[in-house]
Amino acid sequence: MKHILKILGLLAALSAVWAGLLETSLIPYNYVWLLPIYLIVSLGCYGLLMVGVGLMVFPTCPQEATLLQKDILEAKDFLMRKGIDVGAA
Amino acid sequence: MEVLDTKPERTKSRSKYSIIIPTYNERLNIALVTYLIFKHLSDVDFEIIVVDDGSPDGTQDVVKQLQKVYGEDRILLRPRPSKLGLGTAYRHGLKHASGDFVVIMDADLSHHPKYLPGFIRKQTETGASIVTGTRYVRGGGVHGWNLMRKLTSRGANVLAQTLLWPGVSDLTGSFRLYRKSVLEDVINSCFSKGYVFQMEMIVRASRKGYHIEEVPITFVDRVYGSSKLGGSEIVEYLKGLVYLLLTT
Ligand SMILES: Nc1nc2c(ncn2[C@@H]2O[C@H](COP(=O)(O)OP(=O)(O)O)[C@@H](O)[C@H]2O)c(=O)[nH]1
Ligand SMILES: [Mg+2]
Repeated sequence: MKHILKILGLLAALSAVWAGLLETSLIPYNYVWLLPIYLIVSLGCYGLLMVGVGLMVFPTCPQEATLLQKDILEAKDFLMRKGIDVGAA
Repeated sequence: MEVLDTKPERTKSRSKYSIIIPTYNERLNIALVTYLIFKHLSDVDFEIIVVDDGSPDGTQDVVKQLQKVYGEDRILLRPRPSKLGLGTAYRHGLKHASGDFVVIMDADLSHHPKYLPGFIRKQTETGASIVTGTRYVRGGGVHGWNLMRKLTSRGANVLAQTLLWPGVSDLTGSFRLYRKSVLEDVINSCFSKGYVFQMEMIVRASRKGYHIEEVPITFVDRVYGSSKLGGSEIVEYLKGLVYLLLTT
C-alpha cells in the first residue's frame, strides 16, 4: 500500500471518531468542535519540540576531526613514500 | 573464549566485499581513503571500485598510481566520460562488483574507513541485508556543521520520521553495506536523483521488508575539495518527501 494511503486512512479513522463524538454528544458539543484544532496545534508543538530537543542534543564529535588529521598525515606519509603525488590540493 | 574457538568459521568472515566509491575531483581524497581502507580491512577479502566521472583534476591518474601499489585486482577503475550523477555512478559500479556484499561510501573522508569492520561485524552477527551508518544516535555524530546546517538537518529528519515512518534514524546518510542481490533489487526500483536518491534507497528497502541494521558513525565535514551537491537542497528535499509519500 502506498504510504500516503496509510496516512489518509489514519486521518479518515480520526475523522470518523470525531464525527461519532459529534453525533453521540458524549462530550459537550463545543469541546468536540475544538478537538481537531487541538490535534493540529499539538502536532505542531511536537514537531517544534523534536527539532528543539534534537538541536540541543545534536551529537558532535570534535575529537574525530583531530583523529582524522592524524590519519591524513599518516596516509600522506605512506603515499609519498610510495611515490604517489599527494602534494598539491 | 572457548565457545568462540570452537566456531572459528563464524568469527572469520569469508565473504568478499566490493567497495564502490564514486569520485569527482577527489585526487587527494581517493588516495587517502584507499590507504585507510587497506589499513582497516587488512584481513578482509575486498575490492575497491572507483567510478570516476572524467574528473579534470586527474583523479584517474592517482587511481592508476594506487593500482600499481595495491594491485589492479584490488583497485578497479571504472570511469565514465562525463559527470553523470551519483545514482547512475552506483549502478555503473555495481555492474563490475564481484563481491557478495557491496559497500557504498564517499571519497571525501566524511565516511571514515575505520567503521568498515563494524559494518561487516554487524552484518555477520545479525545476518542483515543492509547495514546503514547513522549519525544521530549515541556514539555517532557530526563535526563541522554550523547552526543553520544542524537546524535544517534536524527539521528534515523530524519531517521525514513523522511522515514516512522509515524505520531508520538517518535517511540521508549514504555510508552503507548491502547484500549484493539486495542492492541490485533496491537500486532498480529507485528513480530519483542526487540527495533524494539516498533517502529513496533506504525507504524502498525498508518497505520491501529487508532486514536493516544501523551502526553509529561520525561524520567530519570534508577537509579537501568541495561538495558537489548543494544548491536548492531544501526544495529538492521537500519534493523528494512528497515523491516518496506518493510512491512508496
Ligand atoms: N562519479 C561521480 N561521483 C560524484 C558525483 N557527484 C559527487 N560525487 C562523489 O560522491 C561523493 C559525495 O559527494 P559530495 O560532493 O561530498 O556530497 P556531500 O557530501 O553530500 O556534500 C564524493 O566522493 C564525490 O566525489 C558525480 O556526478 N559522479
Ligand atoms: Mg561529502
